[in-house]
Amino acid sequence: MWHVLTSDQELLRDTTARFLGDHVPLSRQRKDLRRDPAGFDPSYWRSGAELGWTMLLVGEEDGGGSVSGRGAVDLALIAYEFGRNAAPGPLVDCNVVASALTGHAGDLQKGVLGEVLTGGAIAASVLGHAPWQNPGEAAITIRKQGDDLIIDGTLRPVESAKQAGYFLVTGRSESGMTQVLVPADAAGLSVTGLRGIDVTRRFGAVSFDGVRAPASALVGEYGQAGAQVSRQIENAAVMLTAEAVGAMDMAFAMTLDWAFDRYTFGRALASYQALKHRFADMKSWLEASHAIADAAAEAVADQSPLAAEKASAAKSYIGEQGPELAQDCVQLHGGIGVTYEHDLHFFLRRVSLNRLLYGTPAEHRRLLAKIQIEKEAAA
Amino acid sequence: MSEQIESVETFRLRAREWIKANLGPIQPFDLTQDCADDEEELVAVARDRALQRKLYDGGFAGLCFPKELGGQGLTPEHNRAFNEELAGHEYPSRFTVPTFTPCAAVIMEFGTPEQKLAHIPAILKGEEFWAQMLSEPGGGSDVAGATTSAVRDPATGDWILNGAKVWTSRAWWHDWGIVLARTNWNVPKHQGLTVFLMPLQQAGVEIRRIERLNGETEACEEFMTDVRIPDSDRVGEIDGGWTVGQRWMFHERMGHNSPYVTQPVGLSHGRTEATPVAIARQAGRIDDPAAQELIGESRALGLVASELQRRLASGAAAGKGNTDMSSVARLFRGMANVRQRTIAFDLAGAGAAGWTEEESDGVGVQGMEFLMRQVSCIGGGTTEISRNVIAERVLGMPREASGDKGVAFRDVPRGPKRS
Repeated sequence: MWHVLTSDQELLRDTTARFLGDHVPLSRQRKDLRRDPAGFDPSYWRSGAELGWTMLLVGEEDGGGSVSGRGAVDLALIAYEFGRNAAPGPLVDCNVVASALTGHAGDLQKGVLGEVLTGGAIAASVLGHAPWQNPGEAAITIRKQGDDLIIDGTLRPVESAKQAGYFLVTGRSESGMTQVLVPADAAGLSVTGLRGIDVTRRFGAVSFDGVRAPASALVGEYGQAGAQVSRQIENAAVMLTAEAVGAMDMAFAMTLDWAFDRYTFGRALASYQALKHRFADMKSWLEASHAIADAAAEAVADQSPLAAEKASAAKSYIGEQGPELAQDCVQLHGGIGVTYEHDLHFFLRRVSLNRLLYGTPAEHRRLLAKIQIEKEAAA
Repeated sequence: MSEQIESVETFRLRAREWIKANLGPIQPFDLTQDCADDEEELVAVARDRALQRKLYDGGFAGLCFPKELGGQGLTPEHNRAFNEELAGHEYPSRFTVPTFTPCAAVIMEFGTPEQKLAHIPAILKGEEFWAQMLSEPGGGSDVAGATTSAVRDPATGDWILNGAKVWTSRAWWHDWGIVLARTNWNVPKHQGLTVFLMPLQQAGVEIRRIERLNGETEACEEFMTDVRIPDSDRVGEIDGGWTVGQRWMFHERMGHNSPYVTQPVGLSHGRTEATPVAIARQAGRIDDPAAQELIGESRALGLVASELQRRLASGAAAGKGNTDMSSVARLFRGMANVRQRTIAFDLAGAGAAGWTEEESDGVGVQGMEFLMRQVSCIGGGTTEISRNVIAERVLGMPREASGDKGVAFRDVPRGPKRS
């Protein structure tokens, strides 16, 4: 994260950090919240929304706003604290949907955005067709029937699917990508809860069996949603990588302490050159991850020409090195590193899960390659 | 004597006019120091000398060197403006590093008035190419462990130099070298070193070319046998060589960013390389998703490396982190370059096994580039040393045991013990 912040940004970050420390300490997530269906209390999410968690990518005319004028940067500060605390809640999806809905005139869109802003409703993104897929690979299709839209297909994983009041569904239409906003109680829509790798977060499979939505539920133009979906993925990449960096910082700090405290053969682990060099490698990954996560947040906030590339570079680099770092931390802890009692696994879960969401490293590398190939063809 | 310094903008316009009238377009051997053979290299060297003389006669040599030494007495901002105006033009590339920095920079900082007068004007006129003689065959990263010895001749006060230096770039046509030598073996290693100036082309200096595994022979090794150096060519105090040496290495790290260096902006060093996209296209794999993943990974590493550099600079400016954080950048760059070389090799596929005489980049040369892969983790201090620096000085872990701390250098083990 950034070396220098404004006092407003520090206040935003510190308020969230204190709130998370008070309400969802690891001690509570380890026991009470482990079997909780949502992983958090509704009041937790509403209080978080009051702290600004869901408003930073939303225009002021829609009731949103940022503290620095760069919403994605401010949101990265929040996401970083989520990572440091392995905090529960659909921060990424609610912000992705909020960013998609801001600026839309429709009553449905405005209403849902209002509920997301207050934390009264949770909205999840169902990315049933992604830019790294070939047209035939889409999991969800959306077609026109008269004035209505018909949605078919199944997608998993969808975050907080059981808790969500609304889904922003991305699917393939014959003319391209389409996005539709659908209430969770729509006929033909069903959600199956999943067991997952992160005990602090919940996922489900969402099925659409001829779900019917009016044309007014479209977000963007029918068949023309490609560009907006790409921007949503960039926003998601900013949050997921900032979270991952927070989790990496915690895992690394914990393991560094362990290296000084743990003695074996009469010496601290920190005195073995073989281990010192591994810490040095991890430190270089960590600094590099901070650097590219920050750069991605700035580029996305500023809508720079390099925004897509920096977001994909961050998502692929941190997606790769985050789990590598966390697994190395497990290895350096030895047996205690794979116990549920120890805190380390919360951060391993966070970085491993974030690697998978909104595009794996391989998928983002292919996006980067496409941009590079286009650039060199134009040159 | 406060003399009015010409404003940067007036200077820029004057420089622009002169450059347009006097300098031709940039040449291939300005972009890379590599030449087809020694004959061509000597032509390029002679041409660089003439170009440097042209700058001198035109009043544009040594912009940041003082006027009384043949320079222009201007500021780094003037130098930057000149470098901007120089973009796209030919320039004396072989004088930049190591002649202007670290060599001339060390003479400027530690030289006597006589040494400065003897060499700085000559360098600016294109008459002296300088080499730096720091590393030794017996010690890579342990620079202060130098064993090239300088012994005082009591009769004349001269120093008699014996020993060997290595990895000196293109020493075979250089005129002078600065040398780090041991003058006192009875004190710990950092306290017994002295720096000297030495003509390279003389009987007691044997210069051998080192052939790298790719056939290229730019690096040299020099063997000194009873080379006589007058005390007037000593730089800094006797046994004070580490004070000079630390600043020497600072000036070396400044490299092409030094205000003493004149060169066009926007220059990329080394050969113009085929991009991963170009390699994949040439190999017929551009539509292969596996190849695309490699292209993307290479691009991501490039973006991450430059953002890391930016983060470390902003951290230094904000006073966060210590100066040893630069080792994080060194380690990352080394490892990223290694990965990028491997990716290029993978993208090239079997085509990397051989190439035609005409091919200078693309698929064919990736095999040899791969063989030279580890250079980025060795040159300028190995990545193992940066890992030690990060662990010990950034993370505060215990230091490695060393056999030379507080020990007279004479007693420091320098090889296996024999019974």
